[in-house]
Amino acid sequence: MALTTYLEAIRQALFEEMRRDPTVFCLGEDIGAYGGAFKVTAGLLDEFGPERVIDTPISEAAIVGAACGAAHLGLRPVAEMQFIDFISCAFDMLTNYAATSRYRQGLAVPLVVRGPSGAGVRGGPFHSLNPEAFFMNTPGLKMVEPATAYDAKGLLKAAIRDDDPVLYFEHKYLYRRVKEDLPETDYIVPIGQAALRRAGTDVSIITFGAMVHVALEAAETLAREDDIQAEVLDMRSLLPYDREAIARTVRKTNKVIILHEATRTGGIGGEFAAFIAEELFEHLDGPIARVASIDTPTPYSPPLEDFFLPNAEKVMAAARKLVEY
Amino acid sequence: MRHEVVMPQMGESITEGTIIKWLKQVGDRVERDEPIFEISTDKVDAEIPAPQAGILLEVLAGENQTVPVNAVVAYIGDEAPVAAPAAAQAAAPAPSNGAASAATRIDEADVEDAAEPPDALGIRSSPLVRRMAREHGVDLRQIPGTGIGGRITKRDFLAFLEQRQPAPVAMPAAAPVAMPAAAPSAVIEAATLPGDDVEVVPMTAMRKKIADRMVFSKHTSPHVTSVFEVDLTRIHRLRERNKRDFEAQHGVKLTFLPFIIKGVTDTLQAWPVLNASIEGDNIMYKKRCHIGIAVALDWGLIVPVIRHAEEKNLIGLARSISDLANRARAKQLKPEEVTGGTFTITNYGSFGSLIGTPIINQPQVAILGVGAIVKRPVVTDDDAIAVRHMSYLSLTFDHRLIDGAVADQFMSQLKQTLEAFQATELR
Repeated sequence: MALTTYLEAIRQALFEEMRRDPTVFCLGEDIGAYGGAFKVTAGLLDEFGPERVIDTPISEAAIVGAACGAAHLGLRPVAEMQFIDFISCAFDMLTNYAATSRYRQGLAVPLVVRGPSGAGVRGGPFHSLNPEAFFMNTPGLKMVEPATAYDAKGLLKAAIRDDDPVLYFEHKYLYRRVKEDLPETDYIVPIGQAALRRAGTDVSIITFGAMVHVALEAAETLAREDDIQAEVLDMRSLLPYDREAIARTVRKTNKVIILHEATRTGGIGGEFAAFIAEELFEHLDGPIARVASIDTPTPYSPPLEDFFLPNAEKVMAAARKLVEY
Repeated sequence: MRHEVVMPQMGESITEGTIIKWLKQVGDRVERDEPIFEISTDKVDAEIPAPQAGILLEVLAGENQTVPVNAVVAYIGDEAPVAAPAAAQAAAPAPSNGAASAATRIDEADVEDAAEPPDALGIRSSPLVRRMAREHGVDLRQIPGTGIGGRITKRDFLAFLEQRQPAPVAMPAAAPVAMPAAAPSAVIEAATLPGDDVEVVPMTAMRKKIADRMVFSKHTSPHVTSVFEVDLTRIHRLRERNKRDFEAQHGVKLTFLPFIIKGVTDTLQAWPVLNASIEGDNIMYKKRCHIGIAVALDWGLIVPVIRHAEEKNLIGLARSISDLANRARAKQLKPEEVTGGTFTITNYGSFGSLIGTPIINQPQVAILGVGAIVKRPVVTDDDAIAVRHMSYLSLTFDHRLIDGAVADQFMSQLKQTLEAFQATELR
C-alpha cells in the first residue's frame, strides 16, 4: 500500500468532496490551469471544469467576499490563499462579515478558507506566517490545523461539510515530509477534538501543526536521555479547542509546556495557559511554560530562521527545567 | 561586637523550643561553651552552651517563652552592657549618627520577624501540592522538598504519603501536627458493590457516632494497654455472703462492678494523671471522679457517667449503676448523664472475654477493661495450689500523657486495693 503525503491527503479530500457534493467548488489564485503554487489543486480543473475550479484575480478580499456570497446562495466554496500570510488581506471579510453573518441575519456561511501556513522552508517574512492568533478572538469562526496526513484529509472533509466558516491551515513544511497509509473508506476527523500522540507521566506538551513532530522528537530524546516521559497532545482544532483533553493531560502530569510555531507574545498559547490557570490551577505542580518563536517577523536568513523557530532542543530544555522545578 | 545566640535545632523535625531557665543574667560574663540557658523541645530538654565568650548583653526571650528554631534569643558582646536598653540598641553598628535611629528600628523589626512562627505560606510548594496536603490532612512542614530552592514537588508529596501510609500516626520524630480524624478516609476506597449477596443498610446515628469517636480516639491518642491479673476471691466471698441481704435491704443487686469502681476511684486519688485530659499544651487535672460505665445495648453502646463516684460508697455505686443501666436500656438517659466523664470502665468480662484492649473515651486519657472472673488454680505465696477467682484487668492509657511506669504503678495499687477489700466497705 502506497503511503499518502499530507499534501496528497488534502488533494484527495478536495476530489472526494467535490465528487460527493456538486455544491462544493474551489476558487483561488492559479489553482486551475497551474494546479496551485504547491500543486494541491492539480487535476481538479480537468475533472470538474472551470465552473467549479475558478482562477481568480489577486485579491484575497474579493476571493473571500465572492465565496461568502456563493455560500449564502447554497454553495460550499473552498477558497485558497496562495500563502496564508495573505489571509490578512481578507481579514475584514472574515472577521466582520463571514464570522458575524449567521448572528446578524441568520445567513449561514459554509465556507472553507485554506492555505499553506508556517515557516521552516526559508520563506521569509511574507511566506511563513502562522496567523491563528489573528482569528482566535473572533467568535463565529472555526479554525483547524492538521499535523498528519490522516487528519489533513479528515479535517478538510469535516470543514467542507461544516455549516460555519472554517479556517484550514495546512503547514507547508509537512506537505511532502509526513505521509501515512490512509483508509480507503470515507472518514472525517470531527472539529473540536484533540488527539493524544504520545502518552507520558511527567510533563504535557500541548501543541498542534508542524510542532507536533518537534514535540514527539523532543519526547523521544527526553525518554532516552533523561528518563522523562512527556505526553504530547495534538490540539488539531484551535477554535473551538478541546478543553476536556487539556484537562485530562494536566490532571495526569501536572506540568505543562505549550508549544506553537507562531511568535510568543499574544500567541494562542496564552489562551490555553489562561484556561489552565483558571480551571486547573490546583492541578499544577509548576508554572505553565511556553515554547514559541521569538517575537520578530520570520527571518529570511537560514541561520536566523533556525534560531527563531522552536525546536526539539528548546522543548527539551523547557521540559527538564519544569521536571526539576 | 554583638553575637547572636539562637534557639538551636535539637533534631531535624523540631521547629521550636521553650526556654525553661536562664542560667546567666544580663551583664554576666560567659565563657565559650558554658551553659547559658535551658530549653525544652518536643524531643529533648537540654542546656545550651554559649556560642561565644563575652558579656551577656541582652536577653530577648524570657523564661517559659517558646520561640522558633534559629530565632535570636540573646546577644553576647565584647563590651560591658549599658544600663538603658535604648543605649544597648545604639551599640549596634550604625553607619552614621543620622542613620542611628533608623538602624534601631530595623534592628527591632528583625527581632520581631525572627519571633514569628514559621509561616505555612513561606513553604515552597505548588497549587497541586497544597491541594493534596489539604485533602490528605498533611502539614507541609513535615515534607522535605527536593525541587529548585527546596520546593516541595508532587513527587516529594507522593513519596511522603507512601512512606506514611502503612502507619499514619507512627511518626515519632514528627513535629506535633493536628491529624484530622477524617485523614485516612481519602485513601480508603469502597471495595464492596451492592448486589444480591450484600444487603445495604445505612448506619444509625448512634453507630455513626460510635464509628467517628473510635476513629477519632485512635488518631488522637497513642494507645498502650497493660494487663494485670487480679485475685478477686476476697471480693467474691464478700459478695456471696452479702448479696441476698444487700438486695433485700437496698433494692439493687450487688455485682462485682461497684467493688471495681470503688477500687478505681480510691486509686485515682493517688494517681491524678489518669483522671486528666490534654487541652492544647496544657494538662487538665480533674478534681472529681466522674466514672463512665460502658453499657452494651441491643442497638449499640452507651457510656453513662456516675458523677462524683469518689464520694459514693458501695451502696451508692450499686444504686447508680443499676439506675443508669436501666435507664440506658429504656432510652431515658439525659444528655448530661452521658457526658463529662473523667475515666471509663468497660466490663466486657460479663460476656466472657478474658482480656481486651479498650479504646480510650476521648478526651479522657485512660480506660479500664474488666475481664471475665473465672476460677483458676493459682500458686499461692506458700507454694500451695489453690482455686481462686481470677480476672485480667486491662488498662489502656494515652501515652502522650501517661508513661508505662505510671500506668503500671496505678494498676499495681489498684490490684492491691481490690485484693485487700475490707468488709467494712459494705456498711
